[in-house]
Amino acid sequence: MSRLSEGGLIDRSKPLAFSFDGKAMRGYAGDTLASALLANDVRLVGRSFKYHRPRGIFSSGSEEPNALVELRDGARREPNSRATVVELYDGLSAASQNRWPSLDFDIQSVNGLLGPLLGAGFYYKTFMWPAALWEKLYEPLIRRAAGLGRAAEAPDPDSYDRSFAFCDLLVIGGGAAGLMAALTAGRSGARVILADEDFRFGGRILAERAEIDDAPSLAFVERAVAELAALPNVRLLPRTTVFGAYDGGTFGALERVADHLPLPPAFTPRQRYWKIVAKRSLLCAGAIDRPIVFGGNDRPGVMSAQALRTYAVRYAANPGKRAVVFANNGYAWSAAFDAAEAGVDIAAIVDVRPEAPPIQLERAKRRGVRVIQGGQVVATSGRLLSSVTVRSATGEEKIAAEVLAISGGSSPNVGLTSHFGGKPVYRADIAGFVPGACPPGMRVAGAARGDYSLARCLAAGAAEAAEAVSELGFSAYATPVPQARDNAITVTPFWHVPGSRGPAFVDLQNDVTAKDITIAHTEGFRAVELLKRYTTLGMATDQGRTSNVTGLAMMAVLTGQDVGATGTTLFRPPYTPVALGAIAGHHRGKDFRATRPTPTHDWARAQGAVFVEAGLWLRAQYFPRPGETDWLETVNREVTATRTGVGLIDVSTFGKIDIQGPDAGAFLDRVYINTFSTLPVGRARYGVMLREDGIVMDDGTTSRLGERHYLMTTTTANAAKVYQHLEFCLQVLWPELDVQMASVSEQWAQISIAGPQARAVLEQVVDGLDVSNAALPYMGVAQGTVLSGVAARIFRVSFSGELGYEIAVPARQGRRLAEALMAAGAPFGITPYGTEALGVMRIEKGHVSGNELNGQTSARDLGLGRMASTKKDYVGRVLSQRPAFLEEGRVSFVGFKPVNPGDRLRAGAHFLPHGRSGTTANDEGYMTSVAFSPLLGHWIGLGLIARGTERIGESVRAYDPVRGGDIPVEICHPAFVDPEGERLRV
Amino acid sequence: MRSRYSVFSLLANALTGQKGWTPAWRDAAPKPAYDVIVVGGGGHGLATAYYLAKEHGIRNVAVLEKGHIGSGNAGRNTTIIRSNYLLPGNEPFYEWSMKLWEGLEQDVNYNSMVSQRGVLNLYHSDAQRDAYARRGNSMRMAGADSELLDEAGVRAYAPFLNFDDARFPIKGGLLQRRGGTARHDAVVWGYARAADKLGVDIVQNCEVTGFIRENGVVVGVETTRGPIRAGKVGLAVAGSTSRLTRLLDLRLPIESHVLTAFVSEGLKPLVPGVVTFGAGHFYVSQSDKGGLVFGGDIDGYNSYAQRGNLPVVEDVCEAGMALMPQIGRLRVLRSWGGIMDMSMDGSPIIDVGPLPGLYLNCGWNYGGFKATPASGWCFAWTLAKDAPHALNAAYRLDRFRTGHMIDEKGVGAQPNLH
Ligand SMILES: Cc1cc2nc3c(=O)[nH]c(=O)nc-3n(C[C@H](O)[C@H](O)[C@H](O)COP(=O)(O)OP(=O)(O)OC[C@H]3O[C@@H](n4cnc5c(N)ncnc54)[C@H](O)[C@@H]3O)c2cc1C
Repeated sequence: MSRLSEGGLIDRSKPLAFSFDGKAMRGYAGDTLASALLANDVRLVGRSFKYHRPRGIFSSGSEEPNALVELRDGARREPNSRATVVELYDGLSAASQNRWPSLDFDIQSVNGLLGPLLGAGFYYKTFMWPAALWEKLYEPLIRRAAGLGRAAEAPDPDSYDRSFAFCDLLVIGGGAAGLMAALTAGRSGARVILADEDFRFGGRILAERAEIDDAPSLAFVERAVAELAALPNVRLLPRTTVFGAYDGGTFGALERVADHLPLPPAFTPRQRYWKIVAKRSLLCAGAIDRPIVFGGNDRPGVMSAQALRTYAVRYAANPGKRAVVFANNGYAWSAAFDAAEAGVDIAAIVDVRPEAPPIQLERAKRRGVRVIQGGQVVATSGRLLSSVTVRSATGEEKIAAEVLAISGGSSPNVGLTSHFGGKPVYRADIAGFVPGACPPGMRVAGAARGDYSLARCLAAGAAEAAEAVSELGFSAYATPVPQARDNAITVTPFWHVPGSRGPAFVDLQNDVTAKDITIAHTEGFRAVELLKRYTTLGMATDQGRTSNVTGLAMMAVLTGQDVGATGTTLFRPPYTPVALGAIAGHHRGKDFRATRPTPTHDWARAQGAVFVEAGLWLRAQYFPRPGETDWLETVNREVTATRTGVGLIDVSTFGKIDIQGPDAGAFLDRVYINTFSTLPVGRARYGVMLREDGIVMDDGTTSRLGERHYLMTTTTANAAKVYQHLEFCLQVLWPELDVQMASVSEQWAQISIAGPQARAVLEQVVDGLDVSNAALPYMGVAQGTVLSGVAARIFRVSFSGELGYEIAVPARQGRRLAEALMAAGAPFGITPYGTEALGVMRIEKGHVSGNELNGQTSARDLGLGRMASTKKDYVGRVLSQRPAFLEEGRVSFVGFKPVNPGDRLRAGAHFLPHGRSGTTANDEGYMTSVAFSPLLGHWIGLGLIARGTERIGESVRAYDPVRGGDIPVEICHPAFVDPEGERLRV
Repeated sequence: MRSRYSVFSLLANALTGQKGWTPAWRDAAPKPAYDVIVVGGGGHGLATAYYLAKEHGIRNVAVLEKGHIGSGNAGRNTTIIRSNYLLPGNEPFYEWSMKLWEGLEQDVNYNSMVSQRGVLNLYHSDAQRDAYARRGNSMRMAGADSELLDEAGVRAYAPFLNFDDARFPIKGGLLQRRGGTARHDAVVWGYARAADKLGVDIVQNCEVTGFIRENGVVVGVETTRGPIRAGKVGLAVAGSTSRLTRLLDLRLPIESHVLTAFVSEGLKPLVPGVVTFGAGHFYVSQSDKGGLVFGGDIDGYNSYAQRGNLPVVEDVCEAGMALMPQIGRLRVLRSWGGIMDMSMDGSPIIDVGPLPGLYLNCGWNYGGFKATPASGWCFAWTLAKDAPHALNAAYRLDRFRTGHMIDEKGVGAQPNLH
């Protein structure tokens, strides 16, 4: 065990058992998986992406490039989990990934031998010969070798929540700057949210041995958190990553509610996705250590200086027996001193600068730490790091060490600031990019802005927060800013050790080497985005947090441009990867979208109905009876029963729009091609409306219920679309019209009864209403009550072609009405039917429906052209007169029957003249709808074919190669049943 | 002399530390005048220049790009290629594009990773099935491949989909096995390198800021690198089209909308080809690197900002989970937006005019990547011959006046619905 004997923010009274690659280990509450692995002497944790090189833990945060593991098992398996941010829990199981057969021995590490061949751009230059082998051979091999972890194979068993929050100030990051900011804003009374991705607030303070107000800085953190927790206007969100900045001050955030537990407790989501709308935001996300590039810089044991300090100080885990520190800046020195004080054996500090600041030298001397100034690491050795070769003025020296802690300076965490496209700006004095233009309302404080002193972070957090909330009218207290001692820290830009030995990695996760950068330069991929795409620098799961700046700085050296002019790539949301399931929340499985049952749904289910999705609706498709073996048998029975007796169907799904006002008639005249202002009260009329571009949008019957009162019905599919269109017309096109409108689709249950006996049934449910042919003729509308006092509207309309009525009652009475009608109809053998039978009857009748109103047909194409009024203007009139709409060869709507009556027709078949080949040039149209007509005893179809109405009686081919069909069909009139409509009027 | 990629050159460079390569294309400085200027260094602009040089011998050509090549939609899209169109104005064009894809790598000597692993469009109702049958038949009639799968067929091809507790059960799908993906950046670089080799100047960091007109004729452009004259000026700037034509006081039947794309962390192989959901806006494929590449609907409002918002992010993830509930714990690595040139009928414009000296290539909606080869090929033809080829004859600008719209989806002149 490499657990240091004392210190650390771990709870030694709470040991936790866990396993890695099946091996049992122990850690403590407060550990991350990474710190626990280090404390258990595990140094090899993964394999790299391309060359499958052995890798160890590099960082202590979410920027981790190496230590990706498969966490948990079975359906909860989570590939690519960063061990550095996984909070340890009892029973945790993790496995290494992207290796075979084992982490220790990975066959694909032979890729490393091919390194000289596999440089940047290799794939683009090869695998082209012969062409056919790409999909068959090369690509499958590449795909198998690529990828990282394995996805789970079963549905994710956990649940996810979605929450909304609103605040005046969102503080992102709860380190020194963030805590002071939240305190300052919180004390002013502003609504504050403080979010931090870590499970503990404090940021770097947790890993540094610093003092605030002459006491350990941890005490400040504890005080601050306690005060914030007590403020009612402050919400603390630990374990919460703000992952993206969006329009309108909206931020996406992910709270890991139960990831630190073996399983989410009952009624608790695994994670919660927050949408936070903040008037102002303050980014205090700190900075991360970036590496220096040199040969052999990827051996397990090479880690960032900040990581060494964090593991030693915060987790009391010693990453290795002896450590060498290699740096170009002062933080690495303090990191070394902190680690040393925690119990790590620091063999030497190697600094590339010829002369380190005297104060640092003094401190090193005091601690007895050896210093090599003007030194560079030129090689490393050991499969797991065992020694480091340092070159300095005095020559080369090999130093035994298990840890090499490196720091090439800090990179501010600017990620969120560039989500709106703001380009980070280079600051030479800190050799790093600081935020440029930020999203509206966002400020930045602390290390995220390049301020690396504790004192200045505290002060800036307070000042920025005070300014932000003052803008909103709060008076921020002049909070006394706690005092901290400040180390003046200097950095000398240094990116890459020239002439170092062995592959030198820039991007550890994607295996991008210094040589790849040179190749990109040679081949002209010099712009940062081209460099990134050509080499894959920064495209791994860490978005290049530890590699981008170094990589582009190395390119800058090659091009002779300065780093600032070379620029940097932009970070894109999410800041760290976010689980898809969390964003989806409860919208999965059957709850993916709402389900709309009709008012008679339960009744229909009790009748044994089979249901079908119609948009969000579930409708009864057919009602099989015992003994019926196939759906067609059932449907034939339902159709026959309706045509010979009476049938019943719930048609509540049609859109219903209530339209009132003095200008209602004029309004309808403008949206329909035919006229409604002249419709008498108590009558219904079939209407067709066009889109602006002259194509049919929808059809349906609209009734006049009163002088200024109409009720429009739309097709089920277009209910929302038509309503939207009407709103647009009223609000944008004709605001002068005095018309009010409301969707009442949900308010009314509507049941249709049809068939020769329909009237006899209806008479039994109405409360004394005269529904005789004279009193309620075809297309008549009556209002009254049914079932002893239930308000009802009765429309004598028909889709099936039979004598029919649609009876509308308040939605809650729908089931009662259905049952009453069934009872009343029992003597006539009333039969419930579903959408299939409805479809058969409308096809027999030759009515157009969704398949014909497909957004590509004009009224003229559908044979409805004559309905169009020539006396008025209406939406779509002008554009429907364009030349293409009037062309000779356009399709028209006709019926089709098989020449051989036994042939089955298929919708989607295309029409060809006999004797011509099946090519686009010979395509004359297609079948839109088909049905088996029990009345006629054969299949019938509707369709669109060039000049169809002139070709009645002609035979053509119905060509359906995707289903192997090619049969002769005869063009006929679309109304197969009762073309004169006599049955409707009896 | 630019290196030709071969087994020999690869091995030679492996032995010499990869030092023998040369720039893939010259970083050209603009000359004062060209025969043809193509504005826009995306896939379409570069392909146009390549085919102008290769097919028509017109080599005094410049491609002007405001940033670096491929920085627009060419480098932001989800790389699906397919020729599964319905309407006669479209299908032969896209099938020609597919044929060009099939020979592209050998043609330009660059591995663009054209990968014909299949494109499967799912259907969830009988009406959708019949609509796909109609489409599949159209494809066959244009010489493309298509297969109408039933549910069992889909299970065999994509067993990882949710067949068990789906809100909208999968009933089958339309499969085009020749469809698939290509590596978008490599397409850009391959065309750039091949065009450059034929003498085309690829001028980066050269933004067109205005047009030079004489007697109503477009005779050149103003750029951030100075004025450049040209016999013909072709626009291939995709989402920026309306911004450029505004400089000519031209209003086109195009709106700009943002579309977001997503990539997950890398995974071992899971999704073989491309799958699109028929009951929500979602499509997914897996890159050779292992990331799931997916997307959905456009945001729905007009925008030039290359970023979308959370409602669509949610919509896409919900549909993803509905289709593949095992991806709940996989993580979205990155998302980004691109600006789509959405036309009034959802189909593109490749045409002469509307001003003398000017040529248009735009209106690609969210689907212009697959069109890259044919778009370049047809635009080159149109520029060279001053008339459209039969393949792009339907893509005339005046179709909105004459009513010859090519509206695959049937949603009409509402660009945010295409
Ligand atoms: C998220 C997303 C997903 C997509 N998915 C797919 C898909 O799966 N399949 C598919 O087929 N299509 C897809 N597309 C669409 C496809 O990417 C585009 O239709 C296609 O790339 C457009 O052609 P292009 O490559 O020439 O455009 P671009 O690459 O956008 O090229 C236009 C170029 O013009 C440049 N430019 C603009 N203004 C100027 C100026 N004033 N001066 C000089 N240069 C200028 C731009 O910088 C840009 O480089 C998708 C698009 C997006 C955004």
